[in-house]
Amino acid sequence: MLHRSGSFGAWFKLTIYQIKKHKLIYLMMAPFLIIFFIFTVLPVLQSIYYSFTDFNVLESPDWVGISNYKKLFLNDDIFKKAIQNTIMIAIFIGPLGYIFSYLLAWLINELPHKLGVLLTVIFYAPSMAGNLFYIFNLIFSSDSTGYLNGLLLKLGIIDEVVLWLQDENTMITIVIIVSLWMSLGVGFLSFIAGLKGVDPSQYEAGEIDGIKNRWQELWYITLPNMKPQLLFGAVMSITGSFSVGEVCNGLVGFPSPNYATHTIYNHLSDYGLIRMEMGYASAIAVVLFFLMIFANLLVQKFLRRVGT
Amino acid sequence: METFMKLKQRMRLLKINRTRRKSSRSLAGNIFLGIFLSLIAILFIMPILIVVNNAFKPMNEMFMFPPKLFVLHPTLNNFFDLFEMASNTLVPFTRYVFNTVLTVFFGAVGHIVIASMCAFPLAKYKFPGSKFIMNMIIFSLMFSTAVTQVPNFIIISRLHLLNSYGAIIFPAFGYSLGLYLMKNFMEQIPDALLEAAKIDGSSAFDVLWQVVMPLVKPAWVTAFILVFQQLWTNTGSSYIYDESLKGVGYMLSQLASGGITSGVRSGLGVARAGVFSATSLLMFIVPVCVFFITQSNVISTMATSGMKE
Repeated sequence: MLHRSGSFGAWFKLTIYQIKKHKLIYLMMAPFLIIFFIFTVLPVLQSIYYSFTDFNVLESPDWVGISNYKKLFLNDDIFKKAIQNTIMIAIFIGPLGYIFSYLLAWLINELPHKLGVLLTVIFYAPSMAGNLFYIFNLIFSSDSTGYLNGLLLKLGIIDEVVLWLQDENTMITIVIIVSLWMSLGVGFLSFIAGLKGVDPSQYEAGEIDGIKNRWQELWYITLPNMKPQLLFGAVMSITGSFSVGEVCNGLVGFPSPNYATHTIYNHLSDYGLIRMEMGYASAIAVVLFFLMIFANLLVQKFLRRVGT
Repeated sequence: METFMKLKQRMRLLKINRTRRKSSRSLAGNIFLGIFLSLIAILFIMPILIVVNNAFKPMNEMFMFPPKLFVLHPTLNNFFDLFEMASNTLVPFTRYVFNTVLTVFFGAVGHIVIASMCAFPLAKYKFPGSKFIMNMIIFSLMFSTAVTQVPNFIIISRLHLLNSYGAIIFPAFGYSLGLYLMKNFMEQIPDALLEAAKIDGSSAFDVLWQVVMPLVKPAWVTAFILVFQQLWTNTGSSYIYDESLKGVGYMLSQLASGGITSGVRSGLGVARAGVFSATSLLMFIVPVCVFFITQSNVISTMATSGMKE
């Protein structure tokens, strides 16, 4: 016991010494951390507290323990449906969107600079203007003036219009397609910028070492050199794919017919922004939060194997 | 300073000598990937083409069967309608523009300065608490903003920032995404370069501004785009009541909707469909231009060139 407390004391002294040594660094970080704490950490902590209360925004919150969570997991069938939909969408959009955006960034990097910039703009454009996806309402519109229905009618493939956005079977596919279209976001940008930072002399060295084609070069040289960007892109695609919801609202309306595209995000904004049951909504947010952290752990484990 | 200057010079030389590598590329592969890339580009550009074309369509072409992708008789009427509506607003249009420029400029510059000062130590120094801080920043990206709105509102009102530019600018400073991005790029700067600067007696603060920031230009340019995007679409309308403090993005979206909510949501509202398409194009074209200008300026920087151990 004595020995252990002695080593604790030593550890404590060392920590204090290190903090003193890095005084300037702490000073440099202070402005950001203070603002980050006030505008991000504090609201999150507050919301976690709300998840254990009954809070209708007008009256002060009442402590109710874990009853919000109990209700969520035992008595809320729509939430079950929402979890299913969210995981289904995330499985499609997360990995697919991630690989897709890396592949495109990598191909763009081979092109001459100007053409590359043009393509970057084209691919990034959908996620730049937040509400551009409304255009898919015109494409998949359920009357004959919709682009897809109009085209299919003209070609004689269908005799009558298809209710793309009202049919439970086609709805979720369309939501996935549109989300994929929008998934080339920040992760894609960081891939583009990261590829420019790979040391060209490594490629030359690789050629001498017997790298035969572009795929080997990608796996053994490019990918291992971009681990920070790969991690960043992974976090981005996780947060993006698990919080799909606005696209569903914009395309099929809220609530979606028979909750066919109801996601956790939809469920959350339903309780938080419409029914004003902030305690319950916060509990949903906490569940979503842990789901994302879990996904992040899985992905990080996988990314560690890249290039080996 | 001498060692450092030498290294910098070497990097410049490498930049000039950079040659495109060829021998690992087969012709068949090039052709295949070229076709693949152009196919995807066409798929991606289709919806955008529709947005652009719709903005110039007269009313009767917008609801016609079979729908035409390209406009037959282009007209500027939609824009005239929009400008007429814009000139009749309570607050002059230039005021909205001023507000947007002001918040974007201070928000983005402040964010880049403050966040880079925090990102550099996190990327390159080991000190007590570094791991904890990093995890907190990453996890904060995963918490849904829909429920933090209420606490955020309370905090902003306690700080007496409600109904002021500060309600928009200060939260943008602490934007964790930009910090995370910059930190990742700073990690890739070779330690040798930083050691050289340290031997010359520069402090962490000097090293950041003189060595690191020029090297991670792609990162902070991207961070600028992110903040711009955030502020362009999110106008903080819940924190600001005064019409004279709101931005262009907010004003345009209000004009387009004109109280007909179905119009905003689906773009199918008949009455203002024309104005809506014109607005969509404007809302879209401004960020695209900003993005295009900034991206063209980011030519391959040499963050790691020739400096790997």
